[in-house]
Amino acid sequence: MIDYIFLQNYWWFIISLLGGLLVFLLFVQGGNALIFLAGKSEDERELIINSTGRKWELTFTTLVTFGGAFFASFPLFYSTSFGGAYWVWILILITFVFQAVSYEFQGKAGNLLGKNAFRTFLTINGCLAPLLIGTAVGTFFTGSQFVVDKAAVADIGSPVISRWMSGWHGLEAVAEPFNVGFGLMVMCLAVSLGALYMINNIDNESLAGQLRKALTVSFAGFLVTLVFVLVKLLTMDGFAVDAEGVVLMESHKYLHNLLQMPVVLILFLVGAVLLVWGVVATLLKSGFKRGIWLSGAGTVMAVMALFMIAGYNNTAFYPSTYDLQSSLTLANSCSSEFTLKTMAVVSLIIPFVVAYIAYFWHKMDKKSLTTEELKNSDKY
Amino acid sequence: MVESALVGWSRLQFALTAGYHWIFVPLTLGLAVIMAVMESVYVKTGDEFWKKTAKFWMKLFAINFAVGIATGIILEFQFGTNWSNYSWFVGDIFGAPLAIEGIFAFFMEATFFAVMFFGWEKVSKRTHLVTTWLTGIGAAISALWILIANSWMQHPVGMEFNPDTVRHEMVDFWALVLNPVAISKFFHSVFSGWMTGAIFAIGISCWYLLKKRETRFALASIRVSAIVGIIGTFAVMLSGDSSGIHVAKYQPMKLAAAEGLMDGGERAPFSIVPGVEVPGMLSILATHDINGYVPGINNLLDGYTTPEGVVVPSAEERIERGKSAIEAFSDYRTLRESDPAAAAEARKVLDENIDYFGYGYIDSPEELVPSVGLVYWAFRVMVGLGCALLLLMVVVLWAEFKKKLTKMTWLQWVALFSIPFVYFAGQAGWIVAEAGRQPWVIEGLLPTKAAVSSVSVGAVQTTFFLFVAIFTLFLVIELRILIKAIKKGPEIENQ
Repeated sequence: MIDYIFLQNYWWFIISLLGGLLVFLLFVQGGNALIFLAGKSEDERELIINSTGRKWELTFTTLVTFGGAFFASFPLFYSTSFGGAYWVWILILITFVFQAVSYEFQGKAGNLLGKNAFRTFLTINGCLAPLLIGTAVGTFFTGSQFVVDKAAVADIGSPVISRWMSGWHGLEAVAEPFNVGFGLMVMCLAVSLGALYMINNIDNESLAGQLRKALTVSFAGFLVTLVFVLVKLLTMDGFAVDAEGVVLMESHKYLHNLLQMPVVLILFLVGAVLLVWGVVATLLKSGFKRGIWLSGAGTVMAVMALFMIAGYNNTAFYPSTYDLQSSLTLANSCSSEFTLKTMAVVSLIIPFVVAYIAYFWHKMDKKSLTTEELKNSDKY
Repeated sequence: MVESALVGWSRLQFALTAGYHWIFVPLTLGLAVIMAVMESVYVKTGDEFWKKTAKFWMKLFAINFAVGIATGIILEFQFGTNWSNYSWFVGDIFGAPLAIEGIFAFFMEATFFAVMFFGWEKVSKRTHLVTTWLTGIGAAISALWILIANSWMQHPVGMEFNPDTVRHEMVDFWALVLNPVAISKFFHSVFSGWMTGAIFAIGISCWYLLKKRETRFALASIRVSAIVGIIGTFAVMLSGDSSGIHVAKYQPMKLAAAEGLMDGGERAPFSIVPGVEVPGMLSILATHDINGYVPGINNLLDGYTTPEGVVVPSAEERIERGKSAIEAFSDYRTLRESDPAAAAEARKVLDENIDYFGYGYIDSPEELVPSVGLVYWAFRVMVGLGCALLLLMVVVLWAEFKKKLTKMTWLQWVALFSIPFVYFAGQAGWIVAEAGRQPWVIEGLLPTKAAVSSVSVGAVQTTFFLFVAIFTLFLVIELRILIKAIKKGPEIENQ
């Protein structure tokens, strides 16, 4: 039955799906992190930029839609987190702002700063964006210091509902090793996906060799951070919500969530296996180029599972360590039933959107990118 | 206490981001149509000249498009970072169009932009043409949803206040979508983009004529652009006319400020510049009736009765009722668990005064008057430049059809130097819309000062200057790259 609770859960599912797709599409960032590391010659760097450059807007758009969907479905998160963890979000945005112009500007005459400056911006965005986004998502499990007081609207002089209680406005998240580990994990994953994507998308033997080396290192980093994050996540206390909406600490909450939601556990395990399979097959078989699709699908599933662990099964998805009862849950932070229902109807268009993206993606990437193509056609 | 400096800097930052964004967006909207028309001619005639012409404008489109995206992302997330109270108080309504914009428009733009640029050899001619049109349509759909959101801030409809969740909640999605303000604002903004694209392309084409280069390309571009621009300008005028009616109806203070009208009445005059008035003209523009009643600033502050007998309370009374609403809201929240009967009584008072809730945050009636000088002159800059640019496009098109344009160097110079003025007109239009709405972030519902985030003034100052530096750097680089690309030209004659 489509009731308010169902709609809240449905929208958390959509958020989880968008989160999963976003992390998968961070292969653009991961690829850019390798511009100087894997691209040894000008031709190779051009190939990297033109390979990720034909997809960057999809990543950017998914990020914006992720934000928009959060705003529409869980506006209290939007207002509390963005207004509170001010510096984290501003930093993330600035790296994306530089990325947005760098593709177009880097190869153009008159770009003032020179080609390498814009490529450096792409590299910085490639490393920092996944790191910061991952660190910010880490706080979904460790919590942040904020207070939500809706009654404050009656305070005429200062009617602010959400207040951040740390003067660092989000930067304090780096003091928590789990958050940093989470950020590093997402960064290593993005680089691995970037390498996998370019191995598939670019036809250049020398570059492919360097990408495989980069993939080995980044994937090793990913595995180390993944183990760290998983051990911490499954042993830490979590933020549970009781039937009255009261938030309380529960030991091994996230482990319980996994065990109590077998579908999510399976989703996570299948995702993890596909992710690892894609990388290992690419590294072991020299002619295997389809690793991105296995690892990409695995990434979407595993990230979705992580979001589900954070929000489902009576869990506060954006906890406050300053005031437990200010923690955000699906129920206390969501939009009205009418809005969720309206937006649920709107969301039915998503499969159509995915279909036309997939169709044109296939059309554009049927043939791998070569130096020859870049010499004879339009390029960045 | 929310510091006024925080409100000021937050507003300045938003104005900066929106102002910069609106440098790049109208050109995207306008050039998209111009180059799509050119590619359509190419597909229909098979003449490679039109393909090269379209591709040249696409190159400029791409340089501009990137900066538009960069400024746009800051705009969206700024609602959360700097206007967090707003994001909760009306997020139930406002978030929806933003999410729909992402799902419907941004993915279209992102997907088809890449095909448009890199797909010439990868998809068929016709499919490519479709993707070019879809890129432009995506940009227009994006404008539609963000303008639906903006129009809701000018004329909030389709919602109810819920004191339990402490926010306004959507009750009628179609009222939001079909908001009459949204419809006129969409056409007004998108067609002003056609004007921008046209003036930009005509100006650059005239530069080629002045340099006696790429003449065929320049004249063909002028023909297409001038027709697009003239159609766009007439549509801007028509939608501007209905906008005038809506502003008079829903935001009378904005209209009074835009006219510098202190004392209104019937047969209200339209001020061309201070001291030069056309009697009855404002009544016609605001009500489509020469005898129509238009209230002035003093009427709006002191209260008035319309000729139809509707009593509009004075500012003081509205503020008083607003304070009662907030007090009743507070009582309701306090008593709802312990004393349901008293809570119901408080709820009744709240419901009676809910239309004035936002006025409860206003300290004095004077606060309700926006900056008259700014809005008055911005309106005149917008209208004056719009008319002048229309005249220019008509003369240029006439000269081209009469085969005289290549000899009229003065006209070519005028067209070239008109490029910045179309941007001034667009910026002035947004100043009227946004500065004219002050002190409200949502007209009559939520004042700007009650919408800000709880961040320090220093933090907002830092990000403000950071954005000034970044956006200015981008603008300078974009202009340099555009100039280089224009100087290089489409190189059609050499091939």
